[in-house]
Amino acid sequence: MTKKSNTNLVELESEAIYIIREATAQFEKPVMLFSGGKDSICMAWLAKKAFYPGKIPFPLMHVDTGHNFPETLEFRDRFVESIGAEIIVRTVQDSIDTGRSTDETGPGASRNGLQTVTLLDALNEFKFDAAMGGARRDEEKARAKERFFSHRDAFGQWDPKNQRPELWNLFNGRKKMGEHFRVFPISNWTELDVWSYIHREEIDLPNLYFSHEREIIVRDGVILGWAPFVELFPGEEIQKRFVRFRTIGDITCTGAVESPASSLDEILAEIVSTRTTERGGRADDKRSEAAMEDRKKQGYF
Amino acid sequence: MSIVNDSRDILRLTTAGSVDDGKSTLIGRLLYDSKAIFQDQMEALELASKLRGEEEVNLALLTDGLRAEREQGITIDVAYRYFSTPKRKFIIADTPGHEQYTRNMVTGASTADLAIILIDARNGVLTQSRRHGFLASLLGISHLLVAVNKMDLVDWSKSQYQEIVAEYTAFSEKLKIHDITFVPVSALMGDNIVNQGNRMKWYDGPTVLHHLEKVTIVADRNLTDFRFPVQYVIRPHQDFRGFAGRLSSGTITPGEEVVALPSGRYTKIRAIHTTDGKLDSARAGESVTLTLEDEIDLSRGEMLVRSHNMPIVSTRFDAMLCWMDETQPLKMNSPYFLRQTTRETQSFVRELTYRVDINSLHRDLDAKTLELNEIGRLTIETSQPMFFDPYERNRETGGFIIIDPTSNRTVGAGVIRGEKREIPSLGPDHAETVEKSANVVWHTGEISLKQRETRNNHEAACYWFTGLSGSGKSTLARAFEQKLFAEGKQVFVIDGDNVRHGLNGDLGFSSEDREENIRRIGHVARLMYNAGIIVLCCFISPTRALRDFVRGLFPEGRFNEVHVQCGIDECIKRDPKGLYKKALAGEIPDFTGVSAPYEEPDRAEYVIDTAHQPVDICVEMLGLDSDS
Repeated sequence: MTKKSNTNLVELESEAIYIIREATAQFEKPVMLFSGGKDSICMAWLAKKAFYPGKIPFPLMHVDTGHNFPETLEFRDRFVESIGAEIIVRTVQDSIDTGRSTDETGPGASRNGLQTVTLLDALNEFKFDAAMGGARRDEEKARAKERFFSHRDAFGQWDPKNQRPELWNLFNGRKKMGEHFRVFPISNWTELDVWSYIHREEIDLPNLYFSHEREIIVRDGVILGWAPFVELFPGEEIQKRFVRFRTIGDITCTGAVESPASSLDEILAEIVSTRTTERGGRADDKRSEAAMEDRKKQGYF
Repeated sequence: MSIVNDSRDILRLTTAGSVDDGKSTLIGRLLYDSKAIFQDQMEALELASKLRGEEEVNLALLTDGLRAEREQGITIDVAYRYFSTPKRKFIIADTPGHEQYTRNMVTGASTADLAIILIDARNGVLTQSRRHGFLASLLGISHLLVAVNKMDLVDWSKSQYQEIVAEYTAFSEKLKIHDITFVPVSALMGDNIVNQGNRMKWYDGPTVLHHLEKVTIVADRNLTDFRFPVQYVIRPHQDFRGFAGRLSSGTITPGEEVVALPSGRYTKIRAIHTTDGKLDSARAGESVTLTLEDEIDLSRGEMLVRSHNMPIVSTRFDAMLCWMDETQPLKMNSPYFLRQTTRETQSFVRELTYRVDINSLHRDLDAKTLELNEIGRLTIETSQPMFFDPYERNRETGGFIIIDPTSNRTVGAGVIRGEKREIPSLGPDHAETVEKSANVVWHTGEISLKQRETRNNHEAACYWFTGLSGSGKSTLARAFEQKLFAEGKQVFVIDGDNVRHGLNGDLGFSSEDREENIRRIGHVARLMYNAGIIVLCCFISPTRALRDFVRGLFPEGRFNEVHVQCGIDECIKRDPKGLYKKALAGEIPDFTGVSAPYEEPDRAEYVIDTAHQPVDICVEMLGLDSDS
């Protein structure tokens, strides 16, 4: 058979598959993080392709904040089954209940930062020594400097000044006991690449990505989905609008855009002409100019 | 533009320039004028510029990502940027050009098709401009774009520009880069970056972006030499054994005859598998899974090639190495892990021919080591044969990194020039150089280790007894040997004193000779292991590096380091050969435990305390796992 044309996607796909295989070969117990968002869906799809006709030789893991959209969770289970993978779920709620984490309170509260504790605990629990994530370098300034193989010390921390140089396609995953790696197979993909790839491969997505009517609030110019646990600031009111999400994270911090795009073609067309980045809708990045860098140093993705 | 049938390719480029050459501004300008900056990024940029008290939007802030950099006002690490135009997609590795960051430029250049070198029009060609050209050439970049920046500050002077062009052209004739394009620009004001502007009408060449869109890179890829390093073996069931990997170079189609390295076995490609079905062909850069016509032994780190187009197979090669570690300099004759394609092996730097002064390009023949950011030409020896091509011909199989076995840091990056054909001289009487055959492939023979093990009814293994003189290594090994022999096993003890008589009779006790002693014994043990024997070796082997070298000769799980533990006082008391007495009297220099250090093993499979236990108990402890 002949290949589906798209020169640059073929190159990016081959690169990502190479990284996934490399992580699997170099580490004893890798895991792939899965959030139900398009990037991790794309990555899990690539994992399936990397080991075809064999099964994906590692589990997926979802760190559930308890503030996920119900659509994401329903989709997660269906998708994981469709690619024949295993999934482990660990919840932030458990970390809170056992006193490992404390919930933020008040209207701006987000559990996004709390994922770090749950994630590190889960890596410890299963003795995972490499966690693959769907982060991309084009997302954010701090991520632009991230390696494919990113070394974390025994506390899960990232030291941006002490990263291992990565040359050619050679990745150094050697580590001491207790240390682990984060691996980012789709580092070199842009938002548009991910969408084009999903389109090309006809990958199923949660319907949150497509235009739908939903109850929302507008906060600091960002449209947030409303759920019963979202506290309102004075003056905020719940409205109904036709929106879709460009990224999917916690309900409390994932911004939506008003959009009529209800098919992949329409979404692609919208992205090509769009003028804001997808993280422009992430309330968590707006906390300070170096918000992402701070979270990454602590062990966040 | 159709997104689904997008035939645009990707150009990977790297940028180099000194701190004040305006590199970040140039990239910012490229992104800004090609409309690759989003509205929210623009807003964040305006805010950040204002906070710094700058009136104009500071385009450099777009790429200076990390907070530490913003505080110091310089880029300290490689950052990757993405943008695209209707013609092409671009990945920029933005690397700092500051003196101490040669490491970063080498990193960025290793994957780049093209390098942009910035020269400040006011300063002309500086040593760093030459250094950047040299590094680009060393890393095999085929295309160089020299952007002569800050033309606004020299009154858009044509003559100043031409002077720089002439000087750099003369310099670049020494390099291996054949495609050099010069563009006069003002990154700050935008002239000749994306748009031409009207202030340099005397220049009629392409703008920076125009050149990036047009330059041909297809021809740079090696599509001739088929090299397939096996990355992972996929075996979902009995009837499918797929070799997963990415073609380093060349192309392949089903039915073609291939050779597996290092076994030298011939077979044919049965099929090229992907989730989307079987493919008619695969080419350089593609990740695929290959199945073969015959069942042959092949695993990660090994390679499939064509029989009439083989890479060099050797354990010694000539290379240029850039040292990348700030914590310690290169150690000669010390073990490092070496990684090339998917293969990892132990390696030693045997000889430093010269160090290059990357500013003057002069060669220092007296250099003894390499420090951070220094580059040298040297000879590397590996414990397993490597399959490689000269870097000039093949970037994927000619590039390697070396890793410090203690810190696990990537401490060096190298490019292979070719095979090193001399073997080390055996002493003053054997000083002549011996030519090695270029195509020596390890012969596996017709009887495999597996077959030998099946007949022997046990696995082959190596037990390496290390410890102070008098700690009981030989006693323990001899007792263990008797036990295994009584169980009907093939077993043999190699003892330190015995090998010193014949095999290593030419060696003394200098540290080099001691190393060579262990190196030879390691290989002898490996040969005996290949013959199916359980080899017991008793050597003080005082350093971890020495023991790790031997460990690297054996497959995982077959090498057992036995730390024979006994306090120095007890050893002195025992002193079976009277050596401690002499050493303490100063008659034997560098005696381990007395006047030379013993590095205790940190990952020994067995730790046996002989000071407090009788021999038979010690042997029992070893025996516990000897059947598994």
